[in-house]
Amino acid sequence: MQAILGILLAAILSQNFILVKFCGICPFMGVSRKMDAALGMGMAVTFVMALASAACYWVNALLLVPMQLQYMQTVAFVLVIASIVQVVEMFLKKSVPALYQALGVFLPLITTNCAVLGVVLENVQKEYSFLFSVLNGAAGGLGFTLAIVVFASLRERVNESDCPECFRGYPLTLIAAGLLALAFMGFSGLRV
Amino acid sequence: MNFKKHLYEGLFTKNPVTVQLLGMCSTLAISTSLFNGLGMGLAVTIITICSNVLISALRNVIPNQIRIAAYITIIAGFVTVVDLLLQAYLPALSSSLGIFIPLIVVNCMVLGRAEAFASKHDVLSSALDGLCQGIGYTAALVVVCIIRELLGYGTFGGGLLGPGGAGIRIIPQPYPAMQIALPVGGFLILGFVLAGNQWLMKRLNLKTRKKGAKK
Repeated sequence: MQAILGILLAAILSQNFILVKFCGICPFMGVSRKMDAALGMGMAVTFVMALASAACYWVNALLLVPMQLQYMQTVAFVLVIASIVQVVEMFLKKSVPALYQALGVFLPLITTNCAVLGVVLENVQKEYSFLFSVLNGAAGGLGFTLAIVVFASLRERVNESDCPECFRGYPLTLIAAGLLALAFMGFSGLRV
Repeated sequence: MNFKKHLYEGLFTKNPVTVQLLGMCSTLAISTSLFNGLGMGLAVTIITICSNVLISALRNVIPNQIRIAAYITIIAGFVTVVDLLLQAYLPALSSSLGIFIPLIVVNCMVLGRAEAFASKHDVLSSALDGLCQGIGYTAALVVVCIIRELLGYGTFGGGLLGPGGAGIRIIPQPYPAMQIALPVGGFLILGFVLAGNQWLMKRLNLKTRKKGAKK
């Protein structure tokens, strides 16, 4: 029980994928202009991360390890992630067209989200069991959603502010992200 | 002539980090020492050149519908090669970059060059483009690394120079602000570097315009 709580706490707050581990910065900058798009993106990423953690666990345990192909991990995992994203895209297009429209081009881009590959590689490196892998994936996704939603609401205000011209646009956004990371640093003292 | 133009684009007007904001994850995460920055920059440059060459050579063979999957597989192959080579010959660099070497696969810069350039141009200019974009990436990375290392640890050239590879101490011990080397500092310093770059670009533009007006 304590181990589960520890994984949840680390993945959502103290080891947050975006603000502490720097995984998934591209969508963090790209999709955080509007609140609702950020929320949709977070949900989609959470889903893909949990599913990819589950699928890659079995690919690793049943295929790569018995055949001693561990050095092919990166290639195999990327292919698994790309196909999962493709399936999710087709599924959303058929059954939830509204969300599909809202996410637009950012849906296929989940393939190149470092957070997804990052969580899968982390699961393998730390030799988590199946349950812990899925849990870590889902919690990491929730942490991603939390960070991107908080940042989207912050950014709506930052963009209104008056600042020196050379700071306009991305520089100011990055500095705001730095201040948010400072807030998340406070969680690093949390230990279960 | 063409090389000059590509290099200028890679370093300034189309710099992958400061202008296009690609490959941010690795830029922010590993830019804490000069050694890391140079190593990461070199690895990404080699991978970009190799994948650009192969993708451009195969651009008429790969069907359009599955091109992204094909590109990612090619890139992942090269990343695996570089990862294994580093583990064998430069274990210090390999352990200090850690998970960010396999994560080069999903570095948007490599895939971005494949999609935007290599899939439409011939082999030679694709290789050139990979080289120049890689140099631009490395240059931006090294600038961020030097600033962060100086302010965060008070040293220069950590992992490469100085006694025991600890770097040359410039700011005495109690003064460096450790936070700059933490994630917080990554965002802040990169923000200031981008602002500096925008300011510089604007100054240069003004200068060239004034020159043009005099003529």
